Amino acid sequence: MTTAGKFLEMGTAILLFVAVVGVILFVAGRLGGRRGDRWVAFLYLTPAVLMLAVGLIYPAARTIYQSFFDAAGDTFIGLDNYQTIFTSDEQLTVLRNTVLWVVVTPFAATGIGLLYAILVDRARLEAFAKALIFLPMAISFVGASIIWKFVYEYRPDQVGVKQIGLLNQVLVWIGGTPQQWLVDPPWNTLFLILVMIWIQAGFAMTVLSAAIKAIPDDVVEAARLDGVTPVGMFRYVTLPSIRPAVVVVLTTIGIGTLKVFDIVRTMTGGQFDTSVVANEFYSQSFRSGNEGLGAALAVLLFVLVIPIVVYNIRQLRAAEAR
Amino acid sequence: MTATDTSLSTTTPVTKGSGISARARKRLTSPWASLAAVVIAVLWTLPTFGLAVSSLRPEREIKTTGWWTFFRDPTITLDNYRAVLSAEGSEGLGSFFVNSFVITIPSVIIPICLALLAAYAFAWIRFPGRSVLFVAVFALQIVPIQVTLIPLLTLYVKADIVGSFWTIWLSHSIFALPLAIFLLHNFMRDIPPGLLEAARIDGAGHRQIFFRVLLPLLTPAVAAFAIFQFLWVWNDLLVALTFAGGGSEVAPITVALANLSGTRGTAWHLLSAGAFVSIIVPVVVFLLLQRYFVRGLLAGGLKG
Repeated sequence: MTTAGKFLEMGTAILLFVAVVGVILFVAGRLGGRRGDRWVAFLYLTPAVLMLAVGLIYPAARTIYQSFFDAAGDTFIGLDNYQTIFTSDEQLTVLRNTVLWVVVTPFAATGIGLLYAILVDRARLEAFAKALIFLPMAISFVGASIIWKFVYEYRPDQVGVKQIGLLNQVLVWIGGTPQQWLVDPPWNTLFLILVMIWIQAGFAMTVLSAAIKAIPDDVVEAARLDGVTPVGMFRYVTLPSIRPAVVVVLTTIGIGTLKVFDIVRTMTGGQFDTSVVANEFYSQSFRSGNEGLGAALAVLLFVLVIPIVVYNIRQLRAAEAR
Repeated sequence: MTATDTSLSTTTPVTKGSGISARARKRLTSPWASLAAVVIAVLWTLPTFGLAVSSLRPEREIKTTGWWTFFRDPTITLDNYRAVLSAEGSEGLGSFFVNSFVITIPSVIIPICLALLAAYAFAWIRFPGRSVLFVAVFALQIVPIQVTLIPLLTLYVKADIVGSFWTIWLSHSIFALPLAIFLLHNFMRDIPPGLLEAARIDGAGHRQIFFRVLLPLLTPAVAAFAIFQFLWVWNDLLVALTFAGGGSEVAPITVALANLSGTRGTAWHLLSAGAFVSIIVPVVVFLLLQRYFVRGLLAGGLKG
């Protein structure tokens, strides 16, 4: 298809949906009276509810059902897929890696974000300093992975061969030998996690910075007059005031990390024992053709997300109620 | 690298006569604190900077010397960008770049149109089962998209739209709806009911209220969601990989880059320029509309 053809198809699609909305508004406009309100609501809700039912609810139910079937998807095998996830060596590595990701990333990203937010708070060039940390948020995970893959790039340690990756060059400068950072488990997973921390720290910094600025001035001033040290200020004034925001940031990053796929897929493709649940789901479903196991992994992801989301929403409510 | 400019000496006027306050502030802005901030800022920008410099170097040099040697012996070329942007040849990512736009724009507009209607109904029309339905839509935010992909693909095969943009537009729209409805509903509820009541007394129907009263007030909310959704769709890999395949007909630039990175890990001249082409669009959108973004960000963190 030509570029013009693609944009034409795009225009058609947009017009089609705008037309659907137009028709609904027109028909709804014809209905009058108190009883008509129900019909208006019905018409307004139909497209969204229909799409959610067909595109979200049905597929989710279907996947749960499919997770009890074998690789080809036609023989019922009960909980065997789930048993595989929790017993086979390969899948246990995947689970171990996922736990590592979910434990390390939120705390590291939040810690760095919080530290930076405090350091640059009310500093000169604050907006600029924040933008530097925040920009990785706008970059795709794929882009970030390429950026870091270049940092980790390895060239064999031979005479006449120069390192082109920054990390190995730094190692050479201080007298070490270059390493294949992405090849040796379990450390390679940590180098992948670093990319996620790099992306998410900006998110933590922005939200926490806003929370810090929302602390009433008189509280800070009163503590200062009492002669509280900076560390004490952080411990007894800042941290308690922003606690709900910290929890929301931790859980939000945790949810995002649980579903991380792009980084693993772009940097190692899940090789060298770096796979995580979301990547394994893709590999099993679309590469290895094991639909049952893929479905079970997706369901596992679903189940793992629920408690964090529920906790997150409750904290978000608590933060808003203040 | 102007990152080193992030000096931390405060400009905040200290309340007069409070020596303690001044001292506390001084300690916070100690040289160590400044140093820590500068170190973080450098660590966070240097990797991107290195790839940016590399994208402007000749292919042979990228592959044999580190980008930091560029400053000793600068040779600038735009060949990498030329190769990456051309729509012809096996190396060109030009058509993938076009696809990214074609995918993203409807995937932002469609869910906003449908969500505005639904949010209005939830916020301002009374009907039986309203709260149950709303909670159900809200709860759908937690469904990870992985759970839906394979059955959706089967549905698309049956509908015979596989390999077209429609699969990606529809998927992104569906995945965006719960959050969009929830966000817009919350903003609509914040509008004083008196405003709507006044319009109703003046004889305005739902349509007039929607367009004349609500829509102008909702611009910030729509913008917040639009930016969030734009970045999400533009940067997405999973949905595109599942439904678009790898060909240049439909696949966006993220898919092209991911494949390039996997199969030809050493094509750094293409990867660096390609990555920057893909990065520049969301960064510009983000910088232009930053103030709307933060709000959408916090609300949208659960998505995916």
